[in-house]
Amino acid sequence: MKGNAIELIDITKRFGEVVANHKVNMVVRKGEILSLLGENGSGKTTLMNMLSGIYFPDEGQILLDGQEIVIRSPEDAFRYGIGMIHQHFKLVDVYTAAQNIILGIPGKFMLNKKEIYKDIRELTEKYGFEIDLDKKIYEMSVSEKQTVEIVKMLYRGANILILDEPTAVLTPQETDRLFGVLRNMKKDGKAVIIITHKLQEVLELSDRVAVLRKGEYIGTVETKDATELSLTEMMVGKKVSLNIGRTEPVNRKKLINIEHLTCLNKEGVKALDDVSFEIYGGEILGIAGIAGAGQKELLESIAGLQKSEEGSSILYKAIDNNDEIQLVGRSVNDIKNLGISLAFVPEDRLGMGLVGNMGMIGNMMLRSYNEGKSFFTEKKAPAELAERIKNRLDVATPSINTPVRKLSGGNVQKVLVGREIALAPRVLMTAYAVRGLDINTSYTIYNILSEEKEKGVAVVYVGEDLDVLIELCDRILVLCGGRVSGIVDARTTTKEEVGMLMTKLKGEEE
Amino acid sequence: MDEKKHVQKVPLVRLSKRTSIERWKAWTIRGVALLAALIVCGFVITAIVHLNPIQVYKAMWNGTFGSSRRLWITMRDMSLLLLVGVALAPVFKMKFWNLGGEGQLLMGGCATAAVMLYLTDLPAPVLFICMIAASMVAGAVWGLIPAFFKAKFNTNEVLFTLMMNYVAIQLTAFCVSKWENPYGSNTVGIINAQGRQGWMPEIQGAAPLITVVIVLLIAVAMFVYMKRSKQGYEIAVVGDSENTARYAGISVSKVIIRTMIISGAICGLTGFLCVSASSHTISTAIGDGRGFTAIIVAWLAKFNTIGMVAISLLLVFLNNGAVEIASQFNLNDYASQMITGIILFFIIGCEFFINYKLTFSGKQKEE
Repeated sequence: MKGNAIELIDITKRFGEVVANHKVNMVVRKGEILSLLGENGSGKTTLMNMLSGIYFPDEGQILLDGQEIVIRSPEDAFRYGIGMIHQHFKLVDVYTAAQNIILGIPGKFMLNKKEIYKDIRELTEKYGFEIDLDKKIYEMSVSEKQTVEIVKMLYRGANILILDEPTAVLTPQETDRLFGVLRNMKKDGKAVIIITHKLQEVLELSDRVAVLRKGEYIGTVETKDATELSLTEMMVGKKVSLNIGRTEPVNRKKLINIEHLTCLNKEGVKALDDVSFEIYGGEILGIAGIAGAGQKELLESIAGLQKSEEGSSILYKAIDNNDEIQLVGRSVNDIKNLGISLAFVPEDRLGMGLVGNMGMIGNMMLRSYNEGKSFFTEKKAPAELAERIKNRLDVATPSINTPVRKLSGGNVQKVLVGREIALAPRVLMTAYAVRGLDINTSYTIYNILSEEKEKGVAVVYVGEDLDVLIELCDRILVLCGGRVSGIVDARTTTKEEVGMLMTKLKGEEE
Repeated sequence: MDEKKHVQKVPLVRLSKRTSIERWKAWTIRGVALLAALIVCGFVITAIVHLNPIQVYKAMWNGTFGSSRRLWITMRDMSLLLLVGVALAPVFKMKFWNLGGEGQLLMGGCATAAVMLYLTDLPAPVLFICMIAASMVAGAVWGLIPAFFKAKFNTNEVLFTLMMNYVAIQLTAFCVSKWENPYGSNTVGIINAQGRQGWMPEIQGAAPLITVVIVLLIAVAMFVYMKRSKQGYEIAVVGDSENTARYAGISVSKVIIRTMIISGAICGLTGFLCVSASSHTISTAIGDGRGFTAIIVAWLAKFNTIGMVAISLLLVFLNNGAVEIASQFNLNDYASQMITGIILFFIIGCEFFINYKLTFSGKQKEE
């Protein structure tokens, strides 16, 4: 529209031996939304961090409005009108929205609350934000916090806004609202850069798409000329097929029967409220819901990690003798000792599923170290398993002894999923199994889950991307505020129906 | 012109975390740090106390390694410090902050002294077994109490273990007053000075030999326990993330209690060695602050057994050397403590250069 907002010329950034960005060239125009695409570890976030002053490029130039600039710190970036919304929000929990917005801005010693509020209101009305300025951050939903972050950047005068995977934790409705705001900013002549893995959103929202692969700049295309497949091929560098081969469930067998499951969270509030449903072997049961609707507690209850209230029942049907085993009140070890093979990929990978300071070998041992009577651990079998998983899932790690916390998010997830599937489980529970994974790796995971289903395993897939839930699963259970708001057939339902169910109970209360 | 302006705006020094470093490089950095420390100390010595730094270093060296008797004392002090470090390392690895090593050591010492005083007439092997058992049980109980409260009620172990030290000191003082000999001296005096019952036998005149051997054996055993045993694995998992431990079916409270019992027992055993092999008496001072110094030993060595040997040796060298120069040159304690302080500062500080790399922007332009 009015020329280039930002120009990157031959930007290179190395971390030790690793080249994160190699001679990247990119142009962002004023009044456009540019999507930045790339697989995990392709250097998207690193590149943006150099714009926002967190890293400093080893080589290359950055031009702002055609003038060369040097961004040494986030303060510099602010000064040049560049604002970045990170995946993890940088807000002070006990402050209100307004306090967070003005935090750190130089100004007079005394604050003029009235004027500040007026300024912020002007901004929010202009772009169509919905925001309660007096609400404390800790009382806010993820979407509200994100709004505060964006308003904060605009209030500081950002003309170039960078968003790192902003929709990963939003419901479809919230995503639509965010896109509306971003379009308004575009109309106002601001430049928006959005990092995302969701190709549909890329196609829907952006004007142009820039693609990175393994730290190299591949090219920029006009969105109107692109398709999901063409973008994926640019990202991956070879022909790929984007199909989730969903098969009809065969041999469905009831494995777990859950009745009246109720449990409390740490604050004593009901996280799950009278939840009843069945889990079948040979099918994938999707679980949808807004973040914090009880997904975590549900999976942990089944895994023996969460106490449940009186009256709750989780009956496991043993396949060999049709015995019904009550899982409520049993510990992880009890369940294991009963011979129930339960695999669980928790949401918090390094905080719960894996030991960050250990290598792949040590993490393989987590499930098996206690086998056998010896006082000492056995390392040979775990080492072999680690090698197998490394090869099969293509885990990028310098060695199977490298601490897993040093690996990228996608590789950490591969290690965890690989280990859990190696248990040859009867029930496989996954929470956000593809969160933060690139499209190629995501499809690898989907295929693994489908394979497990075909083997007769009961797969429980807690997900956030409704398109995937609808394409991958056989049935979808929708949670809303700890209660089951519906169980739908994934083959006949629509995104809108599931989205409505996700917020239904709330609607009734209001 | 433009280029010049650009250069000035680029930050002068940039820090980046190293992903890895060759071992020789790390040791070179440490060596350079030690050399730099000695040089800086040299200036300080010359400027403040007007002595020849070379002579001062020589005196330090002689004070620690100068004669076979001094060498043995150094070895003994190092072993005792190392043993407490070996006891504390697993609990620290578990992220349990056991600051009660001193108290556990004192209780072990008290138990040893009690057995020596009350069961004097037992045959020597039985007497030793009783002493060792009593010291380990006493230390283990002192470790178990805070561990139990942590596991059951999630009490803060930092304050708890610290307070247990004061209880132990008071209990020891009570024992001293009960056993005091001669009456009114407010000390216990040398226990069994005549018959030497319960004294660690000397081998070829080297009293500390058995101590050193025992400590090295325990250190090796602990190394294997931490690296290869299932219990050692559980400790590492609990230390990394309690949630992961629960996920894997590890009982966190069981691991905390078990590890603290082991840690306390080894601290108690150190008390036994202090009483039976070196001081032959009991007082609140037999620990000599080892319970606290060993915290530094364990952390500086990042719980690595070999590293702990090196750090213990360094600390004992600095301490004994400082005492030597204080007496030889008639300095007061503060001057020698300054020297040890400077050396420690450099050695700890050089870890920064091992973990981080500095890039100078000027240098980069030349490339």
